[in-house]
Formats: sequence, C-alpha cells, structure tokens
Amino acid sequence: MKIIFLFLALFVPCAISQTANQLRLCLRHDPKTFDPVLVDEDAGEAIRYLTAGVLIRVNRKTQGFEPELATSWRISEGGRRIVFQLRENIRFSDGSPFSAEDVVFTFKRLMDPELHSPTGDSFRSGTGIILAKVESQSQVSLRFSAPIAGIERLFDQVAIMSSRSPQKEMAGLGPYLVSDYKPGSYVALNRNPNYWKKDTAGKRLPYIDSVRFDIQANRDIETLRLQRGEYHMISALDAEVFDRLKTDPQLRTMDAGPSYDNEIVWFNQVQRAPIPEYKKTWFRSRTFRRAISGAVNRADIARLIYRGHAEPAAGPFSAANKLWFNPKLNPDSYNPDQSIQQLRQEGFRLEKGKLFDAKGNPVEFSLITNSGNKPRARIASLLQQDLAKIGISLTIVPLDFPSLIERISRTFSYEACLLGQVNVDPDPNGQMNVWPSFATNHQWNPSQKTPETPWEAEIDRLMRAQSTSLTFELRRSSFNRVQEIACEQVPFIYLVTKNSLVSVSSHLQGVTVSALRPQLYWNVELLYFDNLGPKMRAQR
Amino acid sequence: MKRVALVLVSVVFVTALAANLIAPAGYEKQFRDSPNARPSRQFPLGTDELGRDRFSRLLYGSRVSLLLAPAAAAFATLLGATLGLVAGYAGGWLEGLILRFTDLFASMPGLFLLFTLRAILPLNVSPGVSVCVTFSLLALLGWTSGARVVRAAVIQVRNSNYVLQARAMGCRPLRVLFIHIAASLRPVAATQFWLYVPVFLLAEANLSMLGLGVTEPLPSWGNLLSELQNYRAFLEAPWLLAPAVLLLIVLGSLQFLFADREVGQ
Repeated sequence: MKIIFLFLALFVPCAISQTANQLRLCLRHDPKTFDPVLVDEDAGEAIRYLTAGVLIRVNRKTQGFEPELATSWRISEGGRRIVFQLRENIRFSDGSPFSAEDVVFTFKRLMDPELHSPTGDSFRSGTGIILAKVESQSQVSLRFSAPIAGIERLFDQVAIMSSRSPQKEMAGLGPYLVSDYKPGSYVALNRNPNYWKKDTAGKRLPYIDSVRFDIQANRDIETLRLQRGEYHMISALDAEVFDRLKTDPQLRTMDAGPSYDNEIVWFNQVQRAPIPEYKKTWFRSRTFRRAISGAVNRADIARLIYRGHAEPAAGPFSAANKLWFNPKLNPDSYNPDQSIQQLRQEGFRLEKGKLFDAKGNPVEFSLITNSGNKPRARIASLLQQDLAKIGISLTIVPLDFPSLIERISRTFSYEACLLGQVNVDPDPNGQMNVWPSFATNHQWNPSQKTPETPWEAEIDRLMRAQSTSLTFELRRSSFNRVQEIACEQVPFIYLVTKNSLVSVSSHLQGVTVSALRPQLYWNVELLYFDNLGPKMRAQR
Repeated sequence: MKRVALVLVSVVFVTALAANLIAPAGYEKQFRDSPNARPSRQFPLGTDELGRDRFSRLLYGSRVSLLLAPAAAAFATLLGATLGLVAGYAGGWLEGLILRFTDLFASMPGLFLLFTLRAILPLNVSPGVSVCVTFSLLALLGWTSGARVVRAAVIQVRNSNYVLQARAMGCRPLRVLFIHIAASLRPVAATQFWLYVPVFLLAEANLSMLGLGVTEPLPSWGNLLSELQNYRAFLEAPWLLAPAVLLLIVLGSLQFLFADREVGQ
C-alpha cells in the first residue's frame, strides 16, 4: 500500500503537469506586490504583463505600437494632450464593466504622490500633473504639463484598474488572473473568463488554461526541470547551459541574436573621489580611455566567455533595438600597439614591459566587480591579461553587491568597475537616468550640478532635445549624436552585447522570441501545446 | 597505513613547493587558441575556458592551499591554546572573562565578517595579500573550539601532583603554566592543529565558490573546485575532478595521521 502511495505521490503530479493545459515556468523571487501601480521588479512585472490590460501595447517583435484597450489615439497640442478612443463592451475579470472612468481612476492613482508609483514616474515631465478627463463613456483624454516624446510606449506599462470592482487591483483586463499564491513556492494564474481578445476563427483567447510560476532562484534546478518536461520555457541562459540543452530533442533551444544587455567597464571620474590625483588625471583623459578600449580583445570575450553567443559592443543599444541602434558605430578594434602609441602621445612610457605616466607613476589600478558572477570574473581575467600586454597591472576585486553599490554610488572609493548594463526600455527616454550629467546612473561621474566637461554639456542638450522633440527623425538625430559622442569619449567602455539564449519545450507552439522582455511569452494568449492546439480547442 | 599517508602528503607538499619547477606553464598564462582543451601532452589536465593549463594551476593552487591552511591552523591553535591555558589555570573572573570572549567570537557570523573585511580592505592589495588576510581571518574566527578544549585539559591537570610540587618548590605561575602544564598539553594542541587544517582547507574552498577567497588569477583548490558546481561538466570531462581527488587524498591522509596520533596518545 505504501509503495502504491509513494508511486502516486511521485508520478501523478508529473503526469498531471504533462497533460493539463498549463504553462509552467519560473520566477527568480516572489513578486513584491500584485498592485500593478507599485510594481518595480521583474517578478511583479511578469505577473502584471499576464494579468493586466493596457491601452497601447508595444509589439515585442516589430517594436511598433498596437491598439489594445484603446482602438485609436490622437496626440495634439504639441504633445501635451492625448485622446483615446476605448474599446467597448469589455469586462474586467470579476465581471465589472470597463469604461473611461476606469482610465481616469487608474491615472489618478498612478500620479498619487502618496503611492510613489514607479510607473507614474515615467509620466512626470516638468512639475505639473496629469489631468485625466472623461470625454464620453468610450473616450478619455490626458493632458500633460510638458510634451513627452514617444509617449505611446509609456502606456505599455500602465495596467488599467477598475474603479468599481470590490476586488480592486486583483480585477484585471489581461488574459489571466491570479488564482493562487503561496509565498516562496508558486504563483498560479487562471484564464480570465472575460478576456476580450479572440483569434481569427472567433475563438476566445488565450488557448492555454492556466500559468504556474514556481519561485525558483536556482538556475540549475530550473534547467533540470525543463529537461524533465516540468517547465516549458527558460530565458537568459548561460552559454554553457545553452550548448548542453541544444542537444536535447525535447527542447527547442535558440540563440535569438543580440539582446539589450551589455557588459561594460568604466573609470571613476568623480572629482571628489578618494583616489590619488594622478589616477584621476588618467581616468579623465580621453586618450587614456580610448587606449584602454583599444587594448581589450572583445572578440576573445565573445568567443571564450560566451562561446560565440555575444558580439563586440560599440554603444548602449545593440542591433536588437530596431529603432535606435546607430549602425555607424563600430566597436574599437583590438590593437594593443596602437594603444601604446596613443599613450606615448599622452606622455606615458613603456619600460621593461611596465607602463609609467609622465610623472613616473606606474600605471596600475583595481577593477571592482560583483562576486559570484562567473562570466564577469572570467572577463576580468581576460582584461587583466590584455592590459598586461600594454604594461598595465590590473587588480581584480570581487565585492558583494551592496558593498559595490556603496562604492560606485556613495563613497566613490573605487578606480574602475566592471558591470552589466541592462536596458529594459528600447526608447532613449529610458536612458534619461544615465546620460545627462545630473543623472544618478551617470556612473563615471554622477549627479553633477553643472556638466564638468563640454561633451557632457552637449550630451545634456541632446538628451533634452530628444526627450521633447515630437518627430521621430529629430529624436533619432539627437540620440544618434549622443551615441557618437559616447563612442568618441568612451566614458563607458562597451565590451560585448550578450545574445538572447532561450529554450522552449518542443510541445509548446506559437513562441516568437523577442529581445524585449518578456522574451518568450509576450504573446501568451496565442501560445498552445501541440496536443491541445487551437484546432483541438475548437473541437472541444 | 600511516606511512602511505605520510608519503602521499609529502609528495603533494613537495610538488606544490616545486610548482615553478614542475609546472609546464604559468598559472595565469592564457592559451586563448586552446580553450576547454582535453588532456594532452601539452596540457596534462586540459585547459579551462580561458585556455589556462589546469595542471599548472593545480600545482600552484596546491601551494596556496597547503601552505596557508597549516599556517592559519598553527595561528588558531596557538591563540586558542594560550587563552585556554590562561583561563584554565587562572580560574575566577579571568576565566569567566576569557570564556565570554570565546563565546563572543564563536557566535560571530564568519561569512558576513569576511564580506565586511573584503569591503574595507584597500582595493589595490595584491591577490597574495588578500588571500593571506582571508586565512588570517579564518584563523581569528576559528580558535574558539581549541581554547575550550585546552581549558578543559588544564582544569584536569592544574591540581595534579606534579603541578602542586612545582608550585611548592616556588615556581612562578607563568613558569608553571608555560613550562610544566603546557608541556603536558602538547598532544591536545597537536590534535587541534590537525583538526584545523582540513577545516580551513574546506573553508577556503567554500569561500572561493562564493567569490570571496583567492582572487583571480591566483589559483587555489577552492577556485579550481568551483568548476565542479555544474555536475554535468565532470561527467563529460572527468579530469575536472583532479583538485577534488587531491583534496580527498590530502584530507584523508591527514585524518590517518591524526587518527594514528590520537590512538597513540
């Protein structure tokens, strides 16, 4: 009897997960909140994406805008006003009707200063507030105090909430609704019975009945369970795991090309940083930075660390960003001899394989990075050997993440830093916290009161121009110039852009990989299992 | 068995000490055209993903681990034995004070202290200095068990006839303590030392896996073992197990030596 019970306990759950029309995947950690207005991290964003309805959706494949709850929209008054025509006869997951009042309610909540909504922050241009107004039952207008360039993309993050539902934020307009949550274990979503979208045959979407996110921080376990068929998809794979999964016939393991994630190095250029003055002089010298950039063998980083699943990077946006990538920029080619020449012009001299500056100081500095990140530790080792070829001694210092953040953002007690740059927003406005000299993530010299160099002043001007210009051409020309200046001045030394490496169960159909998040389930309502596909559902 | 263990440990120690004579390449030398190479005549244990010769790294790594772990063990033993001796012999408030001090150290979260230490260390310290500091801290955190064991042993002997006789003959307390009592505690201290060595070896291995131990490009058994985090890797490349095998040989041999010594007492 015990043996039968053990058999049932071990194998029945697996059998159910195999046959039920349920999509299973992982979250790294628990969502901090289910309130879509307050979401500020990956796990919460994943739940919001699947449960929320938005006015405009960014198509993750084409990167164009698509009407969702708004059937059309019109921007007027020089970008200060937008009017939405809303879809009619739609209901929230709890059955309450959707109307213009819900949009106004959502925006009032979004801009509530008490809530400090991260999504609301994106709309706060200038000092004014958004005025949301019901024009009719199916028309709503929003007025801003200042024009916001590329405003449509911001609505992709705004989950419309019900003003009347007793379930408050748990009532949604997306394809799924949260049905169960066990902290530290899983989040279960069931199909929204009132979801408005239908397929071309007129069948109500989504095809998959439920989604289960297991909370699983261990990537090895996640991979193992994917191979056992207990999960259906995994993204952001390591190159090593990717190569291993590629041979598994039960999986479709794909290299979807460049992602939005770069590996970068920068030097500390903060004037008040507690580091020797002569080192500050090196780090603030464009020639020095360019020489270092030219001494880095990016092709080797891509080949050895990422097994060819990465590309040398030249700027903040890779070719994955179809609208804003600047194809004129090329990564610095590996040329240590040229680097030595450049350094000699600046007064440096190479003696017995060691580099000295004009005042006779040996050129050596430390590079901090976060501990426990194997690829990054390997990159640091390659940099160490590359720089040794031009006589520079590099000390690698892995630090725990809080200590590292403390050094790069508060005490500025570091010399150079190696980290990743993750771009979640394909629009240059998403870089407003990086490129302007007053920005807090202007890592090489953050939060400047006035720009300390002419080229930073020029970047400030161009970033302001792109954020207020209403035509795409003007914005593009401004941001292209920002990228060119960044390439000339190398405040960030871009190393490589990692490729999007993903793996999906071969039974799951309809998956189109995108460089933008969520990479694999952005079209979740159209995904289906080959044994329970649209045709079979229609027959049912 | 003791002889076999002694020979094995000696061979490992000697090869580690002579790493610069035996190793075919420098531990940091990257053969970038031969990454992840299988064992060959040029690379007896293959290469890692940066093309570094694993055999050479194992030899140099043994030097780091085998020299610093015993050094840290000796330091911890000395510190623990001294405080244990004083506490056990003096008794009273001094014993209470030392015991509370011991409890305080024993309850310290070692990992967080190491994080903190790494964070406050100057950034430009060389990997060699960094690893010495790491082992020193391991020793500073690890002496407490030794102190308690030595104190217990001192309490047993402090009223024994030979100690009473020494005191009756006018020996000063320090002479009684460090000449008469300490001499009889040598086996206890030796036992502690041999217990500490594998503990510190494993601690360094664990710290390296967390990125806290020996920093690149310096090898140690710890950061070489971190390649085994992916269990499939060593199924496909069993030579990756070499540092684990060496660690087992050394720890096993030390246990044999230590067990034999304990029985002998």
